[in-house]
Amino acid sequence: MKTYDAIVVGAGHNGLTNAAFLARAGLDVVCVEKNDYIGGAAVSRNLYKDWWYSNCSYVCSLLRPEIYRALELHRHGLQITPYGGSVQFMENGDYYGSYHDEEVAYREMARFSRHDADAYKRYSADTMRQCRFIRDFLLSTAPDPSSFKPKDLRELARIGGKFMEMGEDRMYDTIRFWTMSVAEYLDEYFETDVIKAAMSGSGIIGTALGIHSPGTAYVLLHHYMGEVDGNVGSWGFARGGMGAVSNAIAGAFKAAGGELRTEAGVDQIIVKNGKAVGVALDNGDEIHANVVVSAMDVKRTFLDCIAKGDLPSEFHHRVENFKIRGSSGKVNIALDGLPTFPALPEGSSLYHSDMHFIDSMERMERAYDDWKDGRWSEDPYIDMLIPTLTDPTMAPPGKHFMSCFVQYCPHKIEGRDWTIAEKDAFGQTVINQIANYSPDFKDLILHAEIRTPQDIEAEIGITEGNIFHGELTMDQLLFNRPIPGYAQYRSPIGGLYMCGSSTHPGGGVMAAPGANAAREILSDLKRPNTVPENFGDD
Amino acid sequence: MTDQYDAIIVGAGHNGLVCSALLARAGKRVLVLEANEQVGGAAITREFADGYSVSACAHLLYQLQPAVRKELKLTPRMASSELTTIALGEGGKHLRLDNKQVEGVNREDAAHYREFRKRMSRFSDLLRKFFNKPPPRLGSKDLKDLVTLGQLGLDLRMLGKDEMREFLRLIGMNIYDELTERFEHPLLRGAISLDAVLGTHLGPRSPNTIMTYLYRQAGDHGQCGIPAGGMGSVSNELAHVARSEGATIRTGIPVKRIIVENGRVAGVETEFGDRFDSFTVISNADPKRTIMDLIGVKHVETGFTRRIHHLRAKGNAAKLHLALDGLPNFAGLSKKDFVERLVIAPSANYVERAFNPAKYGESSPKPVIEMTFPSCRDETMAPTGKHVMSAVVQYAPYDLNGGWTDEAKAAFEKVVIETIAEYAPDIGGRVTASELLTPVDIEREFHISGGHWHHAELTLDQFMFVRPVSSAAQYSMPLEGLYLCGAGTHPGGGVSGAAGRNAARTILSREKAA
Amino acid sequence: MSNQAPVHQGRLKTPFYSRLEKLDFVNEWHQWKGYSSADSLYCSDTEYFAIRNATAVFDLTPMTKYRITGPDSLDYLNRLVTRDMAKIKPGRVAYAVWCDDQGQVIDDGTIFHIREGEYRLCSQERHFAWLQAAAIGFDVTITHETGDVAALAVQGPTSFSTLNNMGFEGLADLKPFGLKHFDFQGRELMISRTGFTGDLGYELWIEPAKAEALWDALFEAGKLHGIRAIGTTALELSRIEAGFLAAYMEFLPADETVRTGRSRSPLELGLEWLVDFKKPNFNGRRALAEEKRHGSTWQLVKLDIEGNKVAHSSYIFGQEKSNKAAIGFVTSAAWSPVCKQNIALGTVRAPRGKPGDTLWVEVYYQREMHWNRHMAKARVVDKPFWFPPRRGATPPGPY
Repeated sequence: MKTYDAIVVGAGHNGLTNAAFLARAGLDVVCVEKNDYIGGAAVSRNLYKDWWYSNCSYVCSLLRPEIYRALELHRHGLQITPYGGSVQFMENGDYYGSYHDEEVAYREMARFSRHDADAYKRYSADTMRQCRFIRDFLLSTAPDPSSFKPKDLRELARIGGKFMEMGEDRMYDTIRFWTMSVAEYLDEYFETDVIKAAMSGSGIIGTALGIHSPGTAYVLLHHYMGEVDGNVGSWGFARGGMGAVSNAIAGAFKAAGGELRTEAGVDQIIVKNGKAVGVALDNGDEIHANVVVSAMDVKRTFLDCIAKGDLPSEFHHRVENFKIRGSSGKVNIALDGLPTFPALPEGSSLYHSDMHFIDSMERMERAYDDWKDGRWSEDPYIDMLIPTLTDPTMAPPGKHFMSCFVQYCPHKIEGRDWTIAEKDAFGQTVINQIANYSPDFKDLILHAEIRTPQDIEAEIGITEGNIFHGELTMDQLLFNRPIPGYAQYRSPIGGLYMCGSSTHPGGGVMAAPGANAAREILSDLKRPNTVPENFGDD
Repeated sequence: MTDQYDAIIVGAGHNGLVCSALLARAGKRVLVLEANEQVGGAAITREFADGYSVSACAHLLYQLQPAVRKELKLTPRMASSELTTIALGEGGKHLRLDNKQVEGVNREDAAHYREFRKRMSRFSDLLRKFFNKPPPRLGSKDLKDLVTLGQLGLDLRMLGKDEMREFLRLIGMNIYDELTERFEHPLLRGAISLDAVLGTHLGPRSPNTIMTYLYRQAGDHGQCGIPAGGMGSVSNELAHVARSEGATIRTGIPVKRIIVENGRVAGVETEFGDRFDSFTVISNADPKRTIMDLIGVKHVETGFTRRIHHLRAKGNAAKLHLALDGLPNFAGLSKKDFVERLVIAPSANYVERAFNPAKYGESSPKPVIEMTFPSCRDETMAPTGKHVMSAVVQYAPYDLNGGWTDEAKAAFEKVVIETIAEYAPDIGGRVTASELLTPVDIEREFHISGGHWHHAELTLDQFMFVRPVSSAAQYSMPLEGLYLCGAGTHPGGGVSGAAGRNAARTILSREKAA
Repeated sequence: MSNQAPVHQGRLKTPFYSRLEKLDFVNEWHQWKGYSSADSLYCSDTEYFAIRNATAVFDLTPMTKYRITGPDSLDYLNRLVTRDMAKIKPGRVAYAVWCDDQGQVIDDGTIFHIREGEYRLCSQERHFAWLQAAAIGFDVTITHETGDVAALAVQGPTSFSTLNNMGFEGLADLKPFGLKHFDFQGRELMISRTGFTGDLGYELWIEPAKAEALWDALFEAGKLHGIRAIGTTALELSRIEAGFLAAYMEFLPADETVRTGRSRSPLELGLEWLVDFKKPNFNGRRALAEEKRHGSTWQLVKLDIEGNKVAHSSYIFGQEKSNKAAIGFVTSAAWSPVCKQNIALGTVRAPRGKPGDTLWVEVYYQREMHWNRHMAKARVVDKPFWFPPRRGATPPGPY
């Protein structure tokens, strides 16, 4: 029987990226996927007639441009179109829009507060400084601060150097930024509730924390540190939906000679004498390889696919306690036409933007209180978009696809499974909130896919359906991610690596964990590195 | 003799007193000016009803730093010490816990608790090391800062590889997750949660609450006691030590402003118009009050002012004092149990739910409560046969919607008594007099901005290097001759004396260098 | 509360737009703080000579303007800026810079002491958030009034004659950096002897409703004095000749810089004369005192460069032969038609860049598609390139 050089488990964007870089180094790689489609949570699904849903992740910014370029994703069909702006509908009938044009954006902010409009520049500069700091470490392995190895010490010194380079005051600002809540961070710049509410969403998306929870300012970076064509913080649509990202990476993988197997769910990772030697599939087949790389989240990898006895007990305990929480759901809607939002002027550019329906910090935080009690938010934070306005390929002409990311939505209702009725009620909560601002919206709905964290878990395989494969709190970042002492993509089992979003630098369609893991694996195998370097100073 | 001093300390809180004693011992001519008639700041004993006395603000002694104790040879006389915490449960099923073990839980919980406490003790020992020296300045090329920073890193590494990793993981975490991982018993989770959130604007699910829990332990390993004669006696002892070292302490003299001349501090002016000169003024007041009111922002810069302005310091802890005509009946408690520390925090979720309304300017409909009955061991506190209860109650947010009117206070007091009555139904009938101090009252009586225990919220973004604010964490303010020595500086509040001691050491070592 | 009219999506028009539009032949506009502002209306070369030879009129309404009033306004401003504002009496104008706590320049601008305790601060960039933060603890009111005041720069040797024709009594006595109030059709017109051209010139400030009338009266009065409206291109050239700094050219606002070390202190910008260490505390004082003790990192230089190839975006070197280690770069450069000099402003590593120093710039220029480069000798000069006696003459001559 054939022995591969490497098996990558899970054909999400990270698994595929990892597989592609390994294959490009000349390794014989097979990537196995449990579903009959690839992409994991970066997919375009045809669930209703001629509509294509980006039914999990829905916009793209974090995908590292170095990887995009190295894998020549444009040749494999990927095209990202930037979109701009956002709108916050207000209970009093007004709205706060954010616009691509700097001056229009300024005037709109000044309509609420001249102070805030002027404060925005300092806010941008300060936040951009943090982005630049972190962006430099996205395509590198986090050093272990408790290690004395030259490589770790060198990387620690590099981070220390970058930190020192900021100068005293900005070092303190950095310490504060990494530890404070997004609400308090915003309070230091802005005075207007709706403006703060508009900005605070980025501090909690995908996170089981409220805007007042310390540590959420950092989460902002996971929404600001991306880019489209060097415009840091910009977001874009992948033409054809997020599946285009996965398909392009898969294209690069196959072009490098890789083999892709769908409907090949892994039951167990086979460990012999403390070393991973292959996988046993759900259908009973076995595939053998010298290296096994798991793109699954850390819990699924070690709790479901590996016998407890093969792991050190402390490690097992740590994995059990790794925090990976379902906090967000998704409602994907096929529309018979474009809904109108009477608050907006006709033809407003804001139709193309992210739409939100919460206008105060208190409502943002109260949405979190519901979640803590094991319920979905009665008044949820929704990040709604109509991608078909930018990318008409996703629905028939004149028809539209609407993507609603919803927070907060628990993995279990008060500790038990969701019922069908509850799931419907959750979907209705979302639809009602939007309908409050769009009277014709409900009549245009042709089909709605409602996805709770439980559904996402069942289909994609991510524990609790957490979009980041693990909370982005300080105890689970950098050298703590996923497990202190195992933050460099290696596991306690020889030949078994991790390359999913549970690892540094975490989630979002970034592909950095997959690439970083490939670099470490290639180094262990003494193969030439195929993973690109950071573009630097940006 | 002119009124020229080597140092003037504004405020005779415990930190101001510790600072004054250490400076006086070094031969400095020190003047301490206190606005209130008593020394002690928030650590005082006073009568709140005819014949009934109470520790008016802080009511338990648990953080006094061993170094301060030793250097000043403090031997506070204790009415009771090594208190057990009794976590009140339904139907008299209480837990008893101290800093090593817990009774009333299953074997696993008991074992886990011992293990948990051991680890927490190790970590709080580490924090204690950090707390007893000024934090180093980052980016400084000064050898002293580099050595302190190196020492800090070394202390961390000395924990050993695994423990260091664990420390770095835990320090930013919330206590809730840790408790859920380890313990089953809701009362145990609740009682520990309470320790993590007392005095803060945090709930147990807020990241950062392991740090605040450790903070509490960094004095006497979490052991607490009640001084004989209340907290005021500790302050009086401190004042006595300071005076015997040669410091002058004058009470009833509010400082109106700190005088700035030629771009540096030159002395203070009192509300009575008197002037005292000194090129070193050390404020025991909180940072906001010091900069905004006593100095005046024109003497500092805009960036610094903005930071001070944004310093978060809104208290949530109220004090309730009850004069009782006898001890109430708590199901499952005997008379001797009243000397202990009783807490109402039946579960971590209960504590979190009590916190929720505080985020929106509302007080808890079901508050968390820490009670002591100091009169049980100390007959000076109440008339014979009568008793006092001193309770810390959360959450009573400083900026309550509509403000702390008399009606709001009465309503909250009722809520608190009803909450206690769930465990001691007769308590309402035993109350002969009461006093509720909300954070607004605490602000007024003790001159603490926001009525916050710690003078500034104790979160990692206002901790160590960045406490109270960036570039001012080493007790010296960006105005020549001005220092802070209160709870708003490193390490923070609680009757620990650490800030006062660190400030004195900083001032003395600077002088030596100059 | 917001007013609910949707935000205007396009460029704003100043109150003078209708008049500028009529004089516009080339249709070259850019946006300036959200307003349409002309690069050029006719021919920028001709417009430039209106500044140096006749009367040039420039619409500076988009300039950011704040009104500062209240009992603490002097104390407030004195803490805000580095120079001593107590010396600026009512009726006087001060050029000033303001810094953050680190002594790094946030912006420069002019402060008009309009009446006792009432000031206008005028700057390139917007600073309401900073001005408000600086106001914590002061009894002052800061009002943003950019759109409430229409402003014109009237610059050039015949500018006095033009304005004099309008019958403004006492204008002849107005000294540089002085301001006076006049009646214009029953409304108050403020005229200050200020400008961005380094020549004899004035700035006119009036309520928007009277803007067009003022324009018309002005052009009528200047008919025989060669009055001409100008755009930004001509103004920019005169600005470099005068050696004035521009935000985003010679410095970046400190609170908007992302990278460490990209901001500048007043000392580094050659503005030490604006820093008064003897006055009470001000923002940046401690840091600037420290910088003065230990030396600055950068030095702004005015360069007189040999040859006639303009040194746009040039690196600056210490020596001709070694073009490896650049010591700085040019920030603004131009051929000066009035001085017949190849001039530039730049920033170099201190202590290089003292007046009299000889430096080298690598000049890049294109001729018929091909790029060339060469090293040119550059002399560091002390004084502005253009400083005619008429700029300071009071009363100004009729020219």
